[in-house]
Amino acid sequence: MSARPSEEHADIVLCPDGPMLLRGAAVVQDEDGVRHRTTRPVTAVCRCGHSAIKPWCDGTHKLLRD
Amino acid sequence: MIAALLSAPDDQPRSFAASGGRADDALTLWTLHELHYRGIAGVDERWEWQASTIGLRTELERALETDLRARRPEAVVTGDLAVDLLRILADDDSPSLARHVQRRATREQTLQLLRQRSLYHLKEADPTSWVIPRLTAGPKAALLEIQFDEYGNGDPGRLHHRLFEAGIAASGLDGDYGAYVDEAVVEILEQNNVLSMFGLQRRLRGAALGHLAAFEGTSSLPSRQLAQGLRRLDFPEEMASYYDEHVEADAVHEQLALRDICVALVAAEPDLYDDVLLGAWACTDLEARAAGALLSLWDAA
Repeated sequence: MSARPSEEHADIVLCPDGPMLLRGAAVVQDEDGVRHRTTRPVTAVCRCGHSAIKPWCDGTHKLLRD
Repeated sequence: MIAALLSAPDDQPRSFAASGGRADDALTLWTLHELHYRGIAGVDERWEWQASTIGLRTELERALETDLRARRPEAVVTGDLAVDLLRILADDDSPSLARHVQRRATREQTLQLLRQRSLYHLKEADPTSWVIPRLTAGPKAALLEIQFDEYGNGDPGRLHHRLFEAGIAASGLDGDYGAYVDEAVVEILEQNNVLSMFGLQRRLRGAALGHLAAFEGTSSLPSRQLAQGLRRLDFPEEMASYYDEHVEADAVHEQLALRDICVALVAAEPDLYDDVLLGAWACTDLEARAAGALLSLWDAA
């Protein structure tokens, strides 16, 4: 895999009313200092704070909008 | 037609007729589509591209598409595809099989649901793979990002249809491909057939990707409910974790499918705007019909 993506392809994407997408292998440290290694090529990181599988997104943000 | 497939193509008439019965036609079309996937044991592989089978497939798909378009309410078009597609999902208030499994379903009902779902989940993501060579660079790369994840990121043991196979086998069901087609309700067959039709017909690539965005966009939360229901009923961990995987994976896929695939597709091919919405609506409509059929079977509507 190329280590340097093209400019038209972001490594981090902030989704409107949604999670942060993170491309590539990374270690995410949560609010409690616990570190979580990504396990897939693109990961959705929770931004609403209400996911049941934090730090990852589980779609719960969609319920908050209703 | 199905009996005819057991002999060699050379020995058979050059045309087949549709039966006109909804259930028979749905099963026939499902069978014809399977010739394009993994084939059917005992059926000569040349049947895939015989004029007679393609002719019947075309006729049955035309009827399926005509029915679908006739049922579809007029789409709201704002010019912002993401807004219009999300509105279709938000407007969908049909009964939920996942909620039923989460709260009330019996073990037998849940096993029946898994058998019905096995028609799709044992070839999960495959119908959408037909679309890949028909796309320009942007939506193609984004679709591959999803498909690679569906196919286990290179690890066959993580491939989604393998996870489902392991889950149902651990639940005491038959994990063989197509094992439960004979008990599939017509709504489930049609749900599968529309997805295959969208994938196989280049003309309907917009609908295939709109369907994908709707499917992924209505998956994370129901998958969590299904995982909870399966654990409530003491199903094996292999089965519940298949749905855990979809909570996490589809939270990613829905974002990619909506913006990086569908919005990018329509930017490249603006004429496909309505087809994308057709596909998204079809996803909700077909799932509503499947849910209605199974819930009424269980007297749980």
